[in-house]
Amino acid sequence: MATLFRARPVLAAGPGTTAGNRRRISRRTALLLGAGALWLLGYLFLHGTGTLALPASELTDLHRSLNHFNSWIAENRAGNPVFMYVLTPLRGAVGSVAGFFMAVFAASPTGQVIPVMGWLGTVAVLTWVAFAVGNLRVALLTAVVFSFFGFQGLFVDAAYTFALVVTAVLLTLLAGIPLGVLAGISSRVQKVVTPVLDFMQTMPSFVYLAPLALVFLIGPASAVIATVIFAAPPVIRLTSHGIRSIPENTREASDSLGTTGWQRLRTLQLPMARRTIVMGINQSTMAALSMVTIAALIAAPGLGQVVVVALQSLDVGTAVNSGLGIVLMAIVLDRVTTAASQRAEPGARRSGRLSGRTRFIVLSAALILTLGLVQVSRTVMWAAVFPQNLNVGPAISGGVSAASDWLQTNLYFLTHSFQESVTIGILNPFQSLLTDTPFFVLAAAIAIAAFAVGGWKLAAVTSFCLAAIISLGLWNDTMVTLASSLLAIIVVMVLGVVFGVAMGRSSRIDQAMRPMLDAGQTMPAFVYLVPFLGLFGANRFTAIVAAIIYAAPVAIKITADGIAGISPTVVEAAVSSGSTPWQVISKVQLPMARKTLALAANQGLMYVLAMVVIGALVGAGGLGYDVVAGFVQSSVFGKGLAAGLAIVFLGILLDRITQAAAAAPVRKRIS
Amino acid sequence: MNSPVISVRNLWKVFGTGGEKVPGNAGLSGQSSAELLESTGCVTAVRNMNFDVAKGEVFVVMGLSGSGKSTLIRCLTRLIEPTSGQVLVDGRDVLQAGTVELRELRRRKMSMVFQHFGLLPHRTVLDNVSYGLQIRGTAKKERESRSREIIELVGLKGYEQHYPDQLSGGMQQRVGLGRALAGDPDTILFDEPFSALDPLIRRDMQAEVIRLHKEMGKTMVFVTHDLSEALKLGDRILIMRDGEMVQMGSGDELVGSPADSYIADFVSEVPRADVLTLKWITGPVAAGTPSDAPVLASTTLIRDAIPLVSGASSPVLVADGGGRIMGQIDRDSILAAIHSSGSHHPATPGKVAVGASKESAA
Ligand SMILES: Nc1ncnc2c1ncn2[C@@H]1O[C@H](COP(=O)(O)OP(=O)(O)O)[C@@H](O)[C@H]1O
Ligand SMILES: [Mg+2]
Repeated sequence: MATLFRARPVLAAGPGTTAGNRRRISRRTALLLGAGALWLLGYLFLHGTGTLALPASELTDLHRSLNHFNSWIAENRAGNPVFMYVLTPLRGAVGSVAGFFMAVFAASPTGQVIPVMGWLGTVAVLTWVAFAVGNLRVALLTAVVFSFFGFQGLFVDAAYTFALVVTAVLLTLLAGIPLGVLAGISSRVQKVVTPVLDFMQTMPSFVYLAPLALVFLIGPASAVIATVIFAAPPVIRLTSHGIRSIPENTREASDSLGTTGWQRLRTLQLPMARRTIVMGINQSTMAALSMVTIAALIAAPGLGQVVVVALQSLDVGTAVNSGLGIVLMAIVLDRVTTAASQRAEPGARRSGRLSGRTRFIVLSAALILTLGLVQVSRTVMWAAVFPQNLNVGPAISGGVSAASDWLQTNLYFLTHSFQESVTIGILNPFQSLLTDTPFFVLAAAIAIAAFAVGGWKLAAVTSFCLAAIISLGLWNDTMVTLASSLLAIIVVMVLGVVFGVAMGRSSRIDQAMRPMLDAGQTMPAFVYLVPFLGLFGANRFTAIVAAIIYAAPVAIKITADGIAGISPTVVEAAVSSGSTPWQVISKVQLPMARKTLALAANQGLMYVLAMVVIGALVGAGGLGYDVVAGFVQSSVFGKGLAAGLAIVFLGILLDRITQAAAAAPVRKRIS
Repeated sequence: MNSPVISVRNLWKVFGTGGEKVPGNAGLSGQSSAELLESTGCVTAVRNMNFDVAKGEVFVVMGLSGSGKSTLIRCLTRLIEPTSGQVLVDGRDVLQAGTVELRELRRRKMSMVFQHFGLLPHRTVLDNVSYGLQIRGTAKKERESRSREIIELVGLKGYEQHYPDQLSGGMQQRVGLGRALAGDPDTILFDEPFSALDPLIRRDMQAEVIRLHKEMGKTMVFVTHDLSEALKLGDRILIMRDGEMVQMGSGDELVGSPADSYIADFVSEVPRADVLTLKWITGPVAAGTPSDAPVLASTTLIRDAIPLVSGASSPVLVADGGGRIMGQIDRDSILAAIHSSGSHHPATPGKVAVGASKESAA
């Protein structure tokens, strides 16, 4: 009786809350359904009105004033104090560092073709460095890959790319590690830095280029600056994280001996965070390579340049040859920096096979040999410039082109009909659903959906982004990009769920797939376009496929981790109550991994967006096209700049909405 | 007692925002810790603490987990910043010290040994022990030779080039001990240094501390939650509960006259005969006791008196330090002492060592 009494208020409250929840869920669903209905009705009845379509060559007043701004900067570059005392010297300094490395590895700046160190010297030096920071395996890999660049006929291009990566990584570390240390030590700095880094990491690499070209002109210097900005976040984050994760008791023990702040940093924090910092260096290096190749668009020399030129002339063979070079470079950089981070592990020193002394002797001997080879390549022609008769690049290109032609002719039926049917059956209707609906209807629908997912705050941010896109005069192009991105993310999420669930449920599948996914994530965005260009030709479809392949690894990995992270007891309970595997997946694992799925969608979307805009190089329209056109023609420069901004706003919008979805519990209160 | 090395006066540590208002505010400082937590959200980890530690003394702070021991010992060198009060070390108030003075205090006067060792994983044993010397700028050669001496002293000779993760827990704590000793501080602070070790290793380490104390005569402040450890090591023991001092005194004072039921409960399991001296059971001299009965010093442990008393035909007289007869004991009073507690815990050889090693350490 007593229990019943006590239970009563609870019982009374029970139905109330449930009803409240049900009402709130239905309100959210109703809002979302309402937004969808509004959109459909707008499409059906106002089809084709208020689309804000702007033909490729037409400009708005804003674009024209940005053009004027461009010419104003060009005219005042010499006289303006900001340029004279800050920006131009900065450009000069960065340019001369880049010039130095380019001269060392690739060619002297005086126009002579012979670099300071010939190819043999370069290969020898890089191999030695790989051995010194890593191990013998990665040293051999370095030697083989860099020699292979010579056989590809791409040694000079590869050396340019490498020189720019080295410059950018050096500057990134110079700025990033101290900043990371500060953020690791001071919570106040951390609070300021984190949102900035978050913001930087939602921006596709592409959008840095135009404004930097505006300020620093095109060329290696702007390429390096853009790369530094793009590559800095990982090393800053990981440095700070490494310092913050030092156990409190170790720090306390050090303090109890009377360390000064500087001593603490030198003897405790830096050594103990070393491995994490080197992992940051690895990630920053990979980001730098990715950006250096894309910076070909603002006239950075190197492998990226070769790919861009080949893409523009649809020369699949050359693009593949050079793309392969980028992939190999990525593998070398990744392996060497990974080996370095393993060496940085506290226990590595004593488990190494060579004792410190032997290692020193071996390294010195190797160094002498290396210097000898450098000397050889400074005196003998075949060791300075890679011999032309060993160049198999044209053969590779020719073979690939032939294969691609053969594929396109003989598989025409397959590839073309597949591409056509997807384009006509899905892509075009979906795109027109976005582009042909009056902008005010669609914007309102998106804002309502944002309100449903994340309340007033999200609705306000969303509306602001939409308004910005509209006032940039690029609504229609944005919708084209959005359509491609949304289609790509749907496929990415299907892949993410299928493979992620498989990996999360079976450690065997996980072990088989993870190395591939890791490799996929380290590749520069750029090279994904090349193989699909060979298969499907230059069009939106190719860009979407490339975006799917580019974004799938991250989505799959996040999903797999989410599924694997579900408590085994819960799964066990479900199995022991007689659930079939399918029921376990659909009733337990996926619902419990819901937040993880939203996070996967969030990350996947950022990758997709980055790729869809780069896809402009192979014929995807939309904002990416405007950006690329802006680099090429000065008459549409302003439009390109505006398109870059529109990409930023689109990115923020998608990021915030998916993040809100990830944060929202299933029964979220709307208020 | 000689002049104190450490004097703690009205020391408070209140965690949480607004905690600094508590000690000075009569309304707040009058509340119990639980009430304070309820009303302000602040945790009172150390409450109005007062005690002195004499030179060369082993001063033990004991209490259950969460009673504020770690906070108290960290306040002594301001690893945790006290909220208010005074910590006088050699007459200087640590709370008023500037950065440089505080650093010097930590470098030369007080070192600490931690429960979880806090060794630097990227340094060898030798480099860990010499860490403090390096910090204060000792030349490399000197700090190496000094560290090698210390390593030998703590029984780690031959392990100089090992890394912490290659050592067992007990050996790691020897490194921690060596690190604290290397700087030759006046005082060593221990925060539950042996709680993470196996019982057997713990006993070895306790013996090690007793040995070092005897050899080097350092002042020690030793935090533990283990009563037998406290009784074994401590000249005096301070018992804490909820941040407050409940009782302070020598081991036999705590066992012989617990201040309240909390402490009585605490010490009820202790075999009294191993801890108490004859002083606690001496009764008035009975009329029939012959004047030539055997005499024992009042500082003799009850356990040690058992053979004589059980063998003697008459009661045994008890004399104080000056040789004056204080009273007498007999078989009944000894049996009563043994049976009043711990009778169901027949004393083990290990427990006998409690008393024996205590005497040799003192
Ligand atoms: N940094 C802190 N912030 C807030 N409360 C703390 C902090 N450190 C310790 N406390 C609290 O102070 C009380 C005493 O802790 P501590 O000194 O570690 O106890 P002991 O060492 O006796 O186990 C505990 O209630 C603990 O939760
Ligand atoms: Mg503690």
